Amino acid sequence: MAGYLFRRLVQSALILLGVSFITFLLLYVLPADPVRQIAGRSATAQTVENIREQLGLDQPMLVQYGRYLTGLVQGDMGRSYLQKTEVSSLIAARLPASLLLMAGGIACELLIGLTFGIVAAIYRGRPLDQGLMVTSFVAVSAPQFVVGLLLLYLFAVRLGWFPIGGYGTFAHLVLPALTLGIMGSGWYSRMMRSSMIDVLRQDYIRTARAKGLSRRRVLLRHALPNAILPIIAMIGIDIGIFMGGIVVVESVFGWPGIGQLAWQAIQRVDIPIIMGVTMVSAAAIVLGNLIADLVTPFIDPRIKLR
Amino acid sequence: MIVGAKPIAAPLSGAATPLLCVRDLTVSVRDRGTVRPLVSDLSFDLHAGETLAIAGESGSGKSITSLALMGLLPNNVAVTSGHADLEGIDLPALPEAQMRPLRGAKVAMIFQEPMTSLNPVHTIGAQLSEAILAHETISRRDARAKAIEALARVRIPEPERRLKQYPHELSGGMRQRVMIAMALAMRPALLIADEPTTALDVTVQREVLDLLRDLQQETGTAIILITHDMGVVAECADRVVVMKSGRMVESGKVLDVFARPAKSYTRDLLAAVPRLGAGAKRGAPQPPAAQVPVARLVNAKVHFDLGANFLGRPTHRVHAVEGVSFDIRPGEIFGLVGESGCGKSTIAKALAGLVRHDGHIEVSGQQLSSLTAQGRKQICRDIQMVFQDPMAALDPRMTVGEAVAEPLLIHGVGTAAERHARAAELFDRVGLTPHQMSRYPHEFSGGQRQRICVARALALKPKLIICDESVSALDVSVQARVLALLEELREEMGVSYLFISHDMAVVENIVDRLAVMYLGQIVEMGTRDQVFGDPRHPYTQRLLDAVPIPDPARKGRPHIRPAGAQPSPIRPLGDPPAQLALRDIGAGHLVAALS
Repeated sequence: MAGYLFRRLVQSALILLGVSFITFLLLYVLPADPVRQIAGRSATAQTVENIREQLGLDQPMLVQYGRYLTGLVQGDMGRSYLQKTEVSSLIAARLPASLLLMAGGIACELLIGLTFGIVAAIYRGRPLDQGLMVTSFVAVSAPQFVVGLLLLYLFAVRLGWFPIGGYGTFAHLVLPALTLGIMGSGWYSRMMRSSMIDVLRQDYIRTARAKGLSRRRVLLRHALPNAILPIIAMIGIDIGIFMGGIVVVESVFGWPGIGQLAWQAIQRVDIPIIMGVTMVSAAAIVLGNLIADLVTPFIDPRIKLR
Repeated sequence: MIVGAKPIAAPLSGAATPLLCVRDLTVSVRDRGTVRPLVSDLSFDLHAGETLAIAGESGSGKSITSLALMGLLPNNVAVTSGHADLEGIDLPALPEAQMRPLRGAKVAMIFQEPMTSLNPVHTIGAQLSEAILAHETISRRDARAKAIEALARVRIPEPERRLKQYPHELSGGMRQRVMIAMALAMRPALLIADEPTTALDVTVQREVLDLLRDLQQETGTAIILITHDMGVVAECADRVVVMKSGRMVESGKVLDVFARPAKSYTRDLLAAVPRLGAGAKRGAPQPPAAQVPVARLVNAKVHFDLGANFLGRPTHRVHAVEGVSFDIRPGEIFGLVGESGCGKSTIAKALAGLVRHDGHIEVSGQQLSSLTAQGRKQICRDIQMVFQDPMAALDPRMTVGEAVAEPLLIHGVGTAAERHARAAELFDRVGLTPHQMSRYPHEFSGGQRQRICVARALALKPKLIICDESVSALDVSVQARVLALLEELREEMGVSYLFISHDMAVVENIVDRLAVMYLGQIVEMGTRDQVFGDPRHPYTQRLLDAVPIPDPARKGRPHIRPAGAQPSPIRPLGDPPAQLALRDIGAGHLVAALS
């Protein structure tokens, strides 16, 4: 177990190194010039060159990357070009909001997805199953900004049940979390349905029924833990998809998280912030997958981490 | 119930009302609006403490009958007429709410596949206590105590420790014992055992059958034993119902049915059962010595590394094959027998070049490990395989004609027309007709599919065909015909076989020479007459002794009980097992020295 954890952590560090290099390279070859953004349109060529020199952007790409990496391993993510603050403090201020939104999103997608999947599997081939599967198909296909705007219009503008935007109370969380979770819930309900149908065919389900257990107990205690196993690995991967989702959802709902921060930084070519948000997201994805893998043996005793 | 009177229980209890009374039971499947019967007009009685075998080949409706009694039929299958009264209660007519409390309490069931019949994510203890708590309102502690008692009753060593274990930590035989413990925990009046030993090794089958018999004497439970194995019927049952295609062919006391089968189907079925000792009637084959062997293994080894330490290096090693040497001569059928995990299939894979090996393996005089990719492809033409499950071995999206012609295509033999003609010829040879070539595997029966696999193996005119449990999944009557086909092909084409099987009776009927394997090593080797006529190694003796004999008159013979736990071929790295030395006790009969 200790050996496994050690190897996984080394692996994770290598993945993050790779991500940092590729992102840095992409930003370097980007035609947009961050110095022009900082200096403004009216700046003289001399001013532009001064700023470039000052930020070290006149150096070769590998030298710049080396400097960034040296800072990163010491916990220094650099300073924002435009906001003149430490990137780490900018991210730290906004990360809790994004984590809350993600947690809400995961809760929504699991709650809706797993319930739909289980019910559909039980009523397999009947109208209820077909109805749920059509619904999930719509959920998978609908773009998040459309879902967000629809929910906003219906529940905030027309019905006034929830606030239109902002951050602070549980009511503020509901619509953004729902928007974030709906697409995933479609995937999960389809996966859960097929996983559940597969498990219900297994010999041990017949054994459980032959013991005289109630239908409810057979489903919840014998089928569910087995059916949910493939889903857990999915949740780890999902965090990556969510990172893309929160950029959209945070913009639609004015949610003050790192998605918004990233969105603004991309528009202004604020490279340290883009790098910082990318690294934090990548770390979250790597961590999410690691946690998913560490949790699995607790549900499936056949799996041993080595 | 008078325990001592068990073998002749029927007449003694004949006056009493039967425990289970099945009359004109018809079970039908609804399929796209049509209703088709799977079981028709089945009637039988079962008395307390009695064992009734329902015997038949696949598709005879025996498993459906048991599921109907349990109320566990699939959604589109239902009892359409007749009744099955257990102590006066018509089971199929009960609504689910009233049937559920009876399941596990009055009627219990054990299934064929112990490997998959227990839930992998719950402990043995949880699954056992649950079976008890479903029917009794007692505390968890009491349920636990009862669970331990139930495990002890099926003679599982250290029952308390087992409670905390998960199914994957137990062997197949142990799992089947757990299933039996679970089924008998509530002391049901009726136990339905659906092929309870079919998936087990023969020595384990022996233990489980003995256990069932002992438990029946203790508890007086009536047993319905569903099986395809007439040996098991003869050894375990008092009465038998023979079924075919959903109908009862014949029923009666086991002694009578075996001695004087009334119906021709029963006679054919009994005649097709491979029997130990039957092979001796055949003339002893003369092995053509002094020729280049088709295949030769000298000190062959196959190892798999397992586990990982802190740096990801393996810590254990599976000694799947450990220093095995034998020759297969041209035109010879060489048998390899042993129980699961003994390494017999791994030898087949090593011969076919599918796993890496150490030591020396030679095919047609060429050493496998020295071959280039081109040479290896050439050697593939000489060795072909026929596997256990023909459905899994045929691509469902390829017509069977394409499947048979494919080896020719891979090796670039002939034109398309020539390949087609060769495939047609092969179809003809294995007893199918060429016009069936455009059909797909699912349109054939199991026996026909295995014939197709044999035809495919023959396509390249190989020198050696490896049959890895090739007839094990087939019904006995089909099995007999496929075996006859293999023999004919040997006569006709001079092809050799490596015949791998766990079924001693089948092996005795077909092989010329054989090797008995145990934990990756050969413990005994010789001609069929040497090994079967004069088994010397204790393991060989135990294997032969465990085979159920389809003769009820020989019921109740004493058996050699195995001693201690099974040793494992998995050992720590750097600790190889001791190499067994084989000693020639005369005329090439090799026996491993006892350690």
